[in-house]
Amino acid sequence: MKELINWVADPIRSFPIVCILFYFMMKYYRVVGTKKFLGWSLLFTIPVSIWFAADPNFFTIITLPDNIPIIILIVLVGFLQWFTFYKAALNDNRLDQGLGPIEGLPENREKVWCWPNLVYTELFMIIAGTCFLVVWAILFKAPLEEPANPTWAPNPAKAPWYFLGLQEMLVYFDPWMAGVILPGVVVVGLIAIPYIDTNPKGNGYYTIAERPIAMWGFLFGWLVLWLYLIMVGTFLRGPNWTFYGPFEYWDFHKVVAEYNVNLSEFLWIKWLNTPMPENMFVREFLGIILSLAYMLVLPPLMGMCSYGKKMIEGVGQMRFYIFVVLFLLMMSLPIKMVLRWLFALKYIVALPELELNL
Amino acid sequence: MSEARQSLNRREFFSYLSVAWIAFGAACAGLASLAFRYSYPNVNFEPQMEFLAGTPDIYEEGVDERYKKGFGVWMVKLEGKLFALSNICTHLGCIPNWQPAELKFKCPCHGSGYYMSGVNFEGPAPRPLERYKIGLNAEGKIIVDKTKVFRQEKGQWDNPNSFITV
Repeated sequence: MKELINWVADPIRSFPIVCILFYFMMKYYRVVGTKKFLGWSLLFTIPVSIWFAADPNFFTIITLPDNIPIIILIVLVGFLQWFTFYKAALNDNRLDQGLGPIEGLPENREKVWCWPNLVYTELFMIIAGTCFLVVWAILFKAPLEEPANPTWAPNPAKAPWYFLGLQEMLVYFDPWMAGVILPGVVVVGLIAIPYIDTNPKGNGYYTIAERPIAMWGFLFGWLVLWLYLIMVGTFLRGPNWTFYGPFEYWDFHKVVAEYNVNLSEFLWIKWLNTPMPENMFVREFLGIILSLAYMLVLPPLMGMCSYGKKMIEGVGQMRFYIFVVLFLLMMSLPIKMVLRWLFALKYIVALPELELNL
Repeated sequence: MSEARQSLNRREFFSYLSVAWIAFGAACAGLASLAFRYSYPNVNFEPQMEFLAGTPDIYEEGVDERYKKGFGVWMVKLEGKLFALSNICTHLGCIPNWQPAELKFKCPCHGSGYYMSGVNFEGPAPRPLERYKIGLNAEGKIIVDKTKVFRQEKGQWDNPNSFITV
């Protein structure tokens, strides 16, 4: 059983599984968002978690001082996600019957003053949060290490827990892409959401049925591409950033064949059986064409299909194209990951001479 | 405005104002001097950019780590060439480890792997490790100069300054 879980936990297998789970969770959110489902899943999760924690290797990983926030995060996000589904399912069932959302009922429309109601709550939360952090700081010692040495790095060298998703992303990308451009696009995209999203539904109440694109798109990026990657980076990456199953001992000498090649090497050496051309742009022409097609040709094509036409009518051309470009940039991460796993593809465009690799 | 409420006259106001400005200026100057002092750390780790690395005959075939800790350089003797390999990963600048059992350099940050020659073959590293300028002085000692790097993807590893024939 533990062998099987170790085998399944490898991102090559767990990423598709997480995507399928995400699909079913979003499709059947009305089933997920019931108290019965929460009860059954707790009944299943708690013994399984205890069984997981009983394994010495897994216990060592989860009790590292750095990893405790992620345990808290998983529990909190799981509950809050269920809570959202619960509220949204109640509202969406009412909306199906032609009623308004629960938040819009007359007894829920009472308004209170910001002072003192909100300010007192905030003050109390500040004090409670500070107490929590003080207790935490006393209970778990900060993992201080030896003084920094520029000629030596710890193994594994891990980022702070909230950046582990980013570090996992860097395994598949050039540092310029995964370290600068994609995080920048994430920030810009989050800022742009209120300007792109003109759907007035869901304002002040929970709903999923009334804003499917916003919910599916955002939750995929948040749960699958951000949180799942943080969990992989935390629990499943050991020395040399090699994959280790949850019950596997972190053996420094585990050897994994991760040989990977660029698209240009596939094209010239494997398919055409010729030496690589001297000129770097001739060498990388296929990757450059594919990348340009992905970013420049795909958006108009999406705008021409029936669904795209409907969206352009709804939000206008400018918003639609900004949305599509942001969406394509987000999807470039799973695409690149799958290509790396299936074909050991390193870079689609590899121009190390210009420090440019896609 | 009534006289009773006016506790400060114009002259007093300006004297208070100048005291306040002087105090503010002094505080800023103090902060600036602290910031200035901060830019001269007590302990400064700056490896020498140029160092003597013994004579070519002290090196065995393969990777030699004796100058890694002090200078960040691996001395590699491979196929009749001796060269000084940088220990900075070309992906994001971490420090890879030499793994003698697997005959490869492996980076702990994102899993980039390099052959003994410094050529990348696994993980996300986009290009091979850099080599430093290496040469012999008049006494036959090896001089490694880290200010000059040779990059394989630019075809610089054929440069006679990038290796010593042994």
